[in-house]
Amino acid sequence: MADQADKKPHTGDNRPALALHVPEPRSRPGGPVNFADIDIGKAGDQPRPDEGTAPADMKDLAYGLVRVLGDDNKAYGPWDPKLDPDTLRIMLGHMAMVRAFDERMFRGQRQGKTSFYMKCTGEEATSVAASMALASDDMVFPSYRQQGILIARGYPLIEMINQIYSNRGDKLKGRQLPIMYSSREHSFFSISGNLATQTPQAVGWAMASAIKGDSRIAATWVGEGSTAEGDFHSACTFATVYNAPVILNVINNQWAISSFSGFAGAERTTFAARALGYGLAGLRVDGNDALACFAAQQWAANRARANQGPTLIEYFTYRAEGHSTSDDPSGYRSAQEREEWPLGDPVMRLKNHLIEIGEWDEDRQQAMDLKCAEEVKATTKEAEKNGILGHGMHHPFHTMFEDVFEELPWHLEEQAKQATSERIAKFGSERPDQ
Amino acid sequence: MSTQTKPKPTGETGGERRINMIEAINEALDVMLERDDNVVVMGEDVGYFGGVFRCTAGLQEKHGKTRVFDTPINECGIIGAAVGMGAYGLRPVPEIQFADYIYPGLDQLISEAARLRYRSATEYIAPMTVRSPFGGGIFGGQTHSQSPESIFTHVSGLKTVIPATPYDAKGLLISCIEDNDPVIFFEPKRIYNGPFSGYYDKPVEPWKKHEASIVPEGYYKIPLGKARQVREGEELTVLTYGTMVHVAEAVCREKGIDADILDLRTLVPLDIDAIEASVKKTGRCLVVHEATRTSGFGAELSALVTERCFYHLEAAVERVTGFDTPYPHSLEWAYFPGPVRIGEAIDKILKD
Repeated sequence: MADQADKKPHTGDNRPALALHVPEPRSRPGGPVNFADIDIGKAGDQPRPDEGTAPADMKDLAYGLVRVLGDDNKAYGPWDPKLDPDTLRIMLGHMAMVRAFDERMFRGQRQGKTSFYMKCTGEEATSVAASMALASDDMVFPSYRQQGILIARGYPLIEMINQIYSNRGDKLKGRQLPIMYSSREHSFFSISGNLATQTPQAVGWAMASAIKGDSRIAATWVGEGSTAEGDFHSACTFATVYNAPVILNVINNQWAISSFSGFAGAERTTFAARALGYGLAGLRVDGNDALACFAAQQWAANRARANQGPTLIEYFTYRAEGHSTSDDPSGYRSAQEREEWPLGDPVMRLKNHLIEIGEWDEDRQQAMDLKCAEEVKATTKEAEKNGILGHGMHHPFHTMFEDVFEELPWHLEEQAKQATSERIAKFGSERPDQ
Repeated sequence: MSTQTKPKPTGETGGERRINMIEAINEALDVMLERDDNVVVMGEDVGYFGGVFRCTAGLQEKHGKTRVFDTPINECGIIGAAVGMGAYGLRPVPEIQFADYIYPGLDQLISEAARLRYRSATEYIAPMTVRSPFGGGIFGGQTHSQSPESIFTHVSGLKTVIPATPYDAKGLLISCIEDNDPVIFFEPKRIYNGPFSGYYDKPVEPWKKHEASIVPEGYYKIPLGKARQVREGEELTVLTYGTMVHVAEAVCREKGIDADILDLRTLVPLDIDAIEASVKKTGRCLVVHEATRTSGFGAELSALVTERCFYHLEAAVERVTGFDTPYPHSLEWAYFPGPVRIGEAIDKILKD
């Protein structure tokens, strides 16, 4: 039989040949950047429907962009959450702390103190402001770039650093990749490296809360690239079927490592519009506008809490830094993108708003930034007393075999004994358990 | 109304009845729904209809729609939601309609449920029992007949449990639901309605003639990790589970082999003590399972027996398994590791 590969493709006699479309981003390294096609609309222009509105009656909100902060740094329109200045300053403080933390941890990775780190520069509002709209005991199922939630919820910085350094203070016993935190006390679910897996889990948690007649809701965060995963679509289906009290937050930061959002389908429609096909409420929000992020999450939380159903929110933002410390964005996108991103910087916009309303000034900002940097630096030094990755001060090695099951089965007990004898062969009897 | 749809008695005490495995599973779920408000039963068709095999019949009516409910046809969503429910504090018992359909939910089971306790250092756990009918012998073709247990036994943090009798099905399932680790509970559907000798053209012996079909009412548990001595013998050890327990037993009975037959019941954790004791006694070992041969659980058993009992062995450990092909619909009985294949393996082991 002839080799099939040698055959010419059948194109039909006089029918046009089909062509495969492979998406291509707006710009590549060295090229010009043009964000002109992005319609960011005018702050305050989007209507704010009642929280019980049927998804079919608010379709436009899945295509527009909910914005509160205008170019003049004033707050506009029905989505203005009208937060008091103290709350705004707290929000700004958390966002500044996230930025300071990211800077120090990035440097720590470059210094060899850990293997890996992921910044969220440019996306601080999508975690800090959004999570501030939730109750502290609402359960969050984050992805890997939501360190802002932990900081906003008051999780001790030293615990975050201990985890990043996988040292003997790490509550996760050095088992998780740096930044894959977990804190039951702060209603922050354990982060998975497999993408979008947390989305159906968040829906399941929300279903459980509803089954038990609880009042707590769940919220999950996922990147726009990961919305292509089947888990995300499973989550949407379950959320809508059971009217689960859950918020599905999609962070559209334009890039999934080096694949631009077009590879998740962004050329055809918005991510918020995914909601419509499922009968979910869909909101598309300026992700660099902290007030809009807060307002959208608050709207969705009220909706969920009132048994009016789940909401899918797309935060339209930009990943200003690389995907992780293992990534080099200069290899796949224009350096100008960050500069020309039309929605600005979330920290600066909130700062400028506070200054505009007479509740803040540059000196106080400078002092706050310095205080954040110093606090992170001091905490880092404190955490380093517990050890850094690869320098031996980690959890006792036998913990490797614990917690696989609730009780240690015979085969793991045998393997633990084998590992102990290996330690003795290597180090002598003085450190079998280190 | 069939007997299967009648509400089952759930008293703490009670007599012994002869019921089939479907009824036993139904009773286990009923007992646990009654005893623990955090138990929920979910899956495709499990609610009003009571499941395609009727294992959940009558449970929704008795326990309500928020305790027993249908789900979308979405295994990733079913198991993923169960992980979240487990993290909340529920004890979900999701049903995957056929083991062959579990693959879209594998990541949630393998990467999430099984590792949650470990990766969160016990902050979160995923106590769930994923029930799923498995195995062939029902003309189910390649998408309704597979035995994928070794995919799961390879996973750290997951328990794999397979009953072979109604008594075990009820007692083991109750243990699984109360267990704080995620469990995959494979139900051998060929013996849902009664034992099976391995001959598809011979009438199935009804459970009523079978001693193992006596099932107590109410609550009782069978510990995980303990094998069942099906019959005691001196000539040969047979390690098996599920449907094949009955086939191997029938073959040994027919051939007059004085076999020591162990129904493993749980593959993880495995009852290594029972296996070692038996093989050291008989000096010969046959492993029988229905799953495909290469990298099947029989390979693990064979390796364990060889490592631990080598100096006691009089012959090489033999495996009788399914073939390394998909389950062929029309040739199902040529695929099935039936009495001829088992008999030949026994002859070979005893000849050495």
